[in-house]
Amino acid sequence: MLRSELSPNPVHHRTTDSRAGTDDDVDPWQDLPARPRATVQLLSPDGTRRSDPEYEPWVQDVGTDQISALYQDMVVVRRLDIEATALQRQGQLGLWPPLLGQEASQVGSARALRADDFVFSSYRENAVAYCRGVGLTDLVRVWKGTSASGWDPYAVGMATPSIIIGAQTLHATGYAMGCVKDGVDSVAVAYFGDGATSQGDVNEAMVFAASFRAPVVFFCQNNQWAISEPVSLQAVRPIADRAPGFGIPSIRVDGNDVLAVLAATRVALDRARRGDGATFIEAVTYRMGPHTTSDDPTRYVDKAEHESWAGRDPILRVERLLELGGHLTPELTRAVTATADAAAREMRDGCHGLEPPEPLSVFDHVYTSPTSWLERQRRQYEAYLAMYQDAPGGGEG
Amino acid sequence: MAVQTLAAAIGTGLRRALQDDPRVVLLGEDIGRLGGVFRVTDGLQRDFGADRVMDTPLAEAGIMGTAVGLAYRGYRPVVEIQFDGFIYPAFDQIVAQVAKLHYRTGGAVRMPITVRVPYGGGIGAVEHHSESPEAYFTHTAGLRVVTCSSPQDAHTMIRQAVACDDPVLFFEPKRRYWVKGDVDEVIDETTMAMDRARVVVEGDDVTVVTYGPLVATARDAALAASDDGISLEVIDLRSLAPVDYETVEASVRRTGRLVVTHEAQQHGGVGAEVAASITERCFHHLEAAPARVTGFDVPYPPAALEDHFLPDLDRLLDAVDRVMGRQNSLSGWRG
Ligand SMILES: Cc1ncc(C[n+]2csc(CCOP(=O)(O)OP(=O)(O)O)c2C)c(N)n1
Ligand SMILES: [Mg+2]
Repeated sequence: MLRSELSPNPVHHRTTDSRAGTDDDVDPWQDLPARPRATVQLLSPDGTRRSDPEYEPWVQDVGTDQISALYQDMVVVRRLDIEATALQRQGQLGLWPPLLGQEASQVGSARALRADDFVFSSYRENAVAYCRGVGLTDLVRVWKGTSASGWDPYAVGMATPSIIIGAQTLHATGYAMGCVKDGVDSVAVAYFGDGATSQGDVNEAMVFAASFRAPVVFFCQNNQWAISEPVSLQAVRPIADRAPGFGIPSIRVDGNDVLAVLAATRVALDRARRGDGATFIEAVTYRMGPHTTSDDPTRYVDKAEHESWAGRDPILRVERLLELGGHLTPELTRAVTATADAAAREMRDGCHGLEPPEPLSVFDHVYTSPTSWLERQRRQYEAYLAMYQDAPGGGEG
Repeated sequence: MAVQTLAAAIGTGLRRALQDDPRVVLLGEDIGRLGGVFRVTDGLQRDFGADRVMDTPLAEAGIMGTAVGLAYRGYRPVVEIQFDGFIYPAFDQIVAQVAKLHYRTGGAVRMPITVRVPYGGGIGAVEHHSESPEAYFTHTAGLRVVTCSSPQDAHTMIRQAVACDDPVLFFEPKRRYWVKGDVDEVIDETTMAMDRARVVVEGDDVTVVTYGPLVATARDAALAASDDGISLEVIDLRSLAPVDYETVEASVRRTGRLVVTHEAQQHGGVGAEVAASITERCFHHLEAAPARVTGFDVPYPPAALEDHFLPDLDRLLDAVDRVMGRQNSLSGWRG
């Protein structure tokens, strides 16, 4: 039932180039939901399990140990996020985009991935990066301004984040097309926000993904805001409703429910791996912090709305779940806190240790091999810097 | 006359434009309730309503394309692009449509669209937030491209841009947004036209042509050079397309030396165009080859390196020494 609800009719794909005659046929989309079913939730805010015959089977294997691990991940990334915000306030970072409130969306989805899958994200997916194994100092390099990117994409299976809103969704789709050509069952995952869904790139990505049946997961974190703009300006219907129009089935999931996010992502990955193409996931969550440390949300955020989302905290509900089962032991709490503290310390120390690059490195990596044109500029600038170094009492220049 | 920051002066200019012409509408991301990320449009939505100061969906191509439609319908759209590096999704609409519609329709259709773009570096930002993309637009026939360097010009020129029947790219030097100055909100026949260059410092030895964020740097250079007995004439180009070559030419004919400086990369930049045009016009008056002081031909670097990309006072003075034939960083250079 689940599979039939989610799979586009393969016959349709074979007939896309001959439109004639389809009018009298049965609606090729009849097995797709006209609108996605109600938001998937497996864990309610009070920590009790919700039964869901479609999605529960996808997390049947998740026992106390794994729930504790997800819990630890979320606590750690929140701690890192708060630490990075503090580092920005202390002048160590130029800017930081907090993920506060979105821990379940990011951890639940990222922990569903295999090492050979590939993530294309925006700037806010630092919990995803953490789960991919990005080094803690590498998380802050770009924000300190000491390098152009934080990590080697191929080393961790995660592209350098795209600040240009929406661009990465096309990259994910192309990467997925490449996976098909290579005959592997790796999947590309595109992370983007509610605001991004307005960009042409995102809509074009869905067209390409549908046309080429690309094994890509469109993972939209609807955190209700694009800086000061409410999601209602980007979409007058639930965002998940848009994808079926492109021929891509969608799932609307409680983005503050780590189990539901894990289940939904597993469903999408499974479809992609078995050749059924793209799935769109709308994770409904809330940006509890400012857009970035430069933002002043008091100008636009509705206090009551903010408070109501505070009551749906993604970490609190897992804590309650563990508590109800008698698994929130002092040992666990202690271990999780110690891990989070150690991670924060490592990131802070790493951040303090980041030095500005050597001046002439400004000319590095523009092309794959040196050009005489740019080498001349480099040498002239070298001569210029040398003049200041040689000058009596001269500084850096 | 009141003291305003450059950002506030654009805001008061937009306020006047909204008052003066009911067909003026503002479109952009976060320009309403938030007042824009630089607060340039602060209070305008409150005072003129959400149908004249419109927060748009997050899509630059969409904003620009709908501005074209609004212009077809007789409106005068003023578009805010949040940062320089985010203009590229709108590039197709600007270059293929906005710039050409008047020409393509034999003058029947006008595109009085103003595109406001905070630009330039020096604020320690992350990538895409410090670029100087003006040359892409100066290379496109049919667009007027202007930039301001003082609160007074910011105020006057934004009003002139909105009132202009051609499309105008209006580049705002974001690192000078907080510079303060007197602003006279009266525009009359004595007000300098938007497409004229302004001599901001008079001098005899070297003509320094610049615009936007580096005008302040060039003024500082003029002061420093005068301590050395060198007299710089500083010209704020203001309009990058078309360029007021008469003003530049008249100056270079007197000084015989030209230095052009901008933050944007060198190759194919405005400096290249000015140096070539002035060389053609004033070849026999030149005492030295024109010098360009620009960003290097590399992508805008991470913040920790931006001081090694941006032209500054010392690099400018080094070029002045070069055109003066004094000891400089390239003395004896055998590249
Ligand atoms: C092409 C482009 N336009 C504008 C911006 C400026 N900008 C940065 S983040 C943002 C809002 C993005 O909202 P959303 O997609 O919902 O992601 P969120 O920040 O909420 O995670 C905007 C407008 C940008 N980075 N890129
Ligand atoms: Mg958002």
